[in-house]
Amino acid sequence: MKFSESWLREWVNPNIDTAALAEQITMAGLEVDDVEPVAKDFSKVVVGHVVECGKHPEADKLQVTKIDVGAEELIDIVCGAANCRQGLKVAVAMVGAVLPGDFKIKKAKLRGQPSFGMLCSESELGMAESADGIIELPQDAPIGSDIRDYLALNDVTIDVDLTPNRADCLGIKGLAREVGVLNNLDVTEPNIVTVAPSINDELSIELIDAEACPKYLGRVVKGVDVSASTPLWMVEKLRRCGVRSIDAVVDITNYVLLELGHPMHAFDLSKIAGGVKVRLAKQDEPLTLLDGNEVKLNSDTLVIADEAKALAMAGIFGGEGSGVTSATQDVFLESAFFAPLAITGRARAYGLHTDASHRYERGVDPELQATAMERATALLVDICGGQAGPVTVAEAPQHLPQPATILLRRSKLDKIIGIHIETATVDEILARLGFSVEKQADDWLVTTPTYRFDMAIEEDLIEEVARVFGYNNIPNVAPVGSLSMGEHQESQLPLSRLRNVLVDLDYQEAITYSFVDPDRQALLFPQAEALILPNPISKDMSAMRVSLWTGLLDAVSYNLNRQQNRVRLFETGLRFIPDQDAENGVRQQAMFAGVITGKVSEEHWDLSNRNVDFFDLKGDLESLLAVTVDVDSFRFEATEHSALHPGQSAAIYRNDEYVGVIGAIHPQFEKKLGLNGRTLVFELELDKVVSRQLPAAKTISKYPANSRDIALVVDEAIESGKIIKFIQKIGGNQIVGVNLFDVYQGQGVVEGSKSLAINLVLQDTDRTLEDKEIADAVDNIVSAVKSEFNASLRD
Amino acid sequence: MQHLEELIAKAKTAIDAANDAAELDQIRVEYLGKKGVMTEQMKQLGSLPKEEKPAAGQAINQAKQAIQKHLGERKQVMELAALNQQLAAEKIDVTLPGRNNLPGGIHPVTRTIERITEFFGELGFEVKSGPEVEDDYHNFDALNIPAHHPARADHDTFYFNPKLVLRTQTSGVQIRTMEVEKPPFRIISPGRVYRNDYDQTHTPMFHQVEGLLVAEKVSFTELKGILHDFLKNFFEEDLEIRFRPSYFPFTEPSAEVDVLGKNGWLEILGCGMVHPNVLKSVGIDPEVYSGFAFGIGVERLTMLRYGVNDLRSFFENDLRFLKQFK
Repeated sequence: MKFSESWLREWVNPNIDTAALAEQITMAGLEVDDVEPVAKDFSKVVVGHVVECGKHPEADKLQVTKIDVGAEELIDIVCGAANCRQGLKVAVAMVGAVLPGDFKIKKAKLRGQPSFGMLCSESELGMAESADGIIELPQDAPIGSDIRDYLALNDVTIDVDLTPNRADCLGIKGLAREVGVLNNLDVTEPNIVTVAPSINDELSIELIDAEACPKYLGRVVKGVDVSASTPLWMVEKLRRCGVRSIDAVVDITNYVLLELGHPMHAFDLSKIAGGVKVRLAKQDEPLTLLDGNEVKLNSDTLVIADEAKALAMAGIFGGEGSGVTSATQDVFLESAFFAPLAITGRARAYGLHTDASHRYERGVDPELQATAMERATALLVDICGGQAGPVTVAEAPQHLPQPATILLRRSKLDKIIGIHIETATVDEILARLGFSVEKQADDWLVTTPTYRFDMAIEEDLIEEVARVFGYNNIPNVAPVGSLSMGEHQESQLPLSRLRNVLVDLDYQEAITYSFVDPDRQALLFPQAEALILPNPISKDMSAMRVSLWTGLLDAVSYNLNRQQNRVRLFETGLRFIPDQDAENGVRQQAMFAGVITGKVSEEHWDLSNRNVDFFDLKGDLESLLAVTVDVDSFRFEATEHSALHPGQSAAIYRNDEYVGVIGAIHPQFEKKLGLNGRTLVFELELDKVVSRQLPAAKTISKYPANSRDIALVVDEAIESGKIIKFIQKIGGNQIVGVNLFDVYQGQGVVEGSKSLAINLVLQDTDRTLEDKEIADAVDNIVSAVKSEFNASLRD
Repeated sequence: MQHLEELIAKAKTAIDAANDAAELDQIRVEYLGKKGVMTEQMKQLGSLPKEEKPAAGQAINQAKQAIQKHLGERKQVMELAALNQQLAAEKIDVTLPGRNNLPGGIHPVTRTIERITEFFGELGFEVKSGPEVEDDYHNFDALNIPAHHPARADHDTFYFNPKLVLRTQTSGVQIRTMEVEKPPFRIISPGRVYRNDYDQTHTPMFHQVEGLLVAEKVSFTELKGILHDFLKNFFEEDLEIRFRPSYFPFTEPSAEVDVLGKNGWLEILGCGMVHPNVLKSVGIDPEVYSGFAFGIGVERLTMLRYGVNDLRSFFENDLRFLKQFK
């Protein structure tokens, strides 16, 4: 809510400056977002009277004027504004004036005509972003007086960001009340006169849905001149509260809204057929709104209707058909209480948000309707003339909110705040807030005024006491708790351990959005169904990721486009798989994924300068898996994957459970994804790799180890990993090491075969092995491999 | 014995003239070998009269020792020279970079989360996580934000359908924890949250750390105390901090915490005493238990701590940005 400081000070005027006032209300929970002067700095601008106004002989769009500024002689000024005319009272920047933007006014000649100053518009004085023409001042503006003084421009607009519970401060009245509380000052309300009816015209009002609208005041005002111009003081107050002047009737209802925080609505009386009915809309009932949009109403929307049709969306927006126009002569004023629950969410459902709906959905004071009606009537009759009828009141008191009576216990107050605030201080705070209090031993039985409808429970009162006492006057104390030790599981690896492995291997951790481009994702995962956001930021952020790869590859491409050609990234986070068996139909699974591309190392005088390949990433992944202790439980198996190179992709199993996949991105996607050559990725299901075995220590053998090398020739299609695993399995306890140290194809090896050179390490824990035992063990392995893989020993 | 002196002198001359270990060895054999000059001298001892033998033998032994010593010295000199030559040949440019494997780094957001969880972990707060696609009950209703509450509109929520959202806060984890466990609670839940807003100062995804402490006697003074300690630790300086009254449906009283930065007050977290309705929604008696909760904006803190200017840079994953955080 934006408000003018000087308007507030008409109600309550604490002896503190603007900065202190802003600080004070901020610290009371009414956060000040911004303080802006209502006009920028300027000097030597005075009220003038246009005595003569004629056409410029040389220029169609210019006028030559003579202006009376109260000096001995009239001043010649050339003016380009279309609304400049004889008789007008204007703002005159004299020669020597300095306008906002350090614009100095000097003597000038415009197309041959002398000009000794400038007639100003609001934008030229920094009072508005733009303006249609020069300012038109009231006829009684005193000639020669300084504009800053005359318009009281030494004022600021204060923008407070009100929390949803403080709807009572959505008007000058409520803000003044709050400032009064904070400064212990009385608030001076303006004299709101009661307008005695001078005619008997009335409309019948029927509350069909009285729960939603327990109170509705209506009043007929006849013979209104809607063309009357809004007085400058009102236009200025509206402007300083961020509201543009429209016409007198609208301005008056807006003025009451800003002043009292209570919405008003004015209907064209002639457009209402019969009486007024407050009822729920029929499903799909049509209504054309004041902005010209036609809506079909939902049956949960409250409307103001006449005998035949809906006239307005209650508490939200008026209807075009019943609105005040230039042809309007008689108006019907509405001042109603709508229940917040009947309004809330409705405006949003139609894509609307109005000053009225903002207040009604948060709540208005249920006792303010009559005051608002009198205020609006008085202003209307004053500005537009007319004859007011009596106020018609339709009311269902049983549905009106009642003042809350809440017991505030001393024990609870002390427990929640943590210190003992003196009873006299609490008494005073509650009294200043306008609460009526009945003391009950140590406790306070508090009845809250109708405008503090946010008070419902004891904690609300505790907050009020703490807030007015001042949060910063409450000490900081270290919490006291029981020193109970939490549960710790050594077999669960902390995620940070896994992260650190990759960080130490020169990876950077990335964080990519959880929503990705559905097209790019579908390219990599054509079979995967993704959860789609119906209202995304943009289409390329609309599909929930089914893998971390899409986002990581986007990050790779982003870096490649910025000359970062060696990219090594990893990420941890959830993927989202639609799954009817999971909670809320989505399996949200923590994943650990990585990507590398570019050179093996940064440019180096000695290190290899080749591009990364499958085994670089696999090696890193093996390092990662090695922190689990039971690294032998993992195996890699050739696999096929929609996103990966068919000959360079492997599924990763732990024992026999699938835990993830590694491979090279399929070359056909490289260009489409903005990649630059070989790009390797992996992805693991996190919960399957974070568990580790506890080490079970074995006695270290005191006897020598024996090393034997064998070279096996096998079909090239046989996976070497299988042979190694096989040897480890059948080798028995004495085989303590199996290391593949060479893979050879070429001369000396039959085509279609490969030679695997394997080093076997044999050792016993109890004794030194005999040569014969060693030879037998090796022979056993060789013959087992022969029969399992059709392998032969290389000569 | 004149000839022994001559022999020694001759041997020394030869030793000094030797160029390498092989020549030196040749000289050793020539003088000290089995058929060498000195052995020959010893053999001649036999021809001397008995009483002269001891003195002559001693003289020969002394001569042998002198030659031996000189040989040793010469050998040492030669070895040292050879070593020096080798060392000279092996000189390298020590300023060349090593065959390194330099480490990468964790993301600054993760770094901040790790610091926060460490601070609170020391106080017995347990890390909890929860789903990011969340039902409206855990994201709103259980947190005292019923349907149509104005606070819902303030959240710019990403909806999948009216019952299913991307969580707007990690507070739902509180509810999930309190639903299944018994008080007292000391939990902290870091994670991704989502709001449908994207501009210079908003990204549609960001991170929050939610903290909750519920026990039999927990007060606002303690909330202030713990957050004060936290911020002092986080920034490692005594920044000016203020607690400003605010409103959250799930806390009462509520506050926002600002720190005084170079350009004025900056809002960095929201907090308050857990609203009794929230405790009731998970079956905890607010007459017995009280608690406080706080929600820390991770990106905002990270920006302040490390001087990051643009929020969006956290999710662009530009290596030039990320590599600054080792």
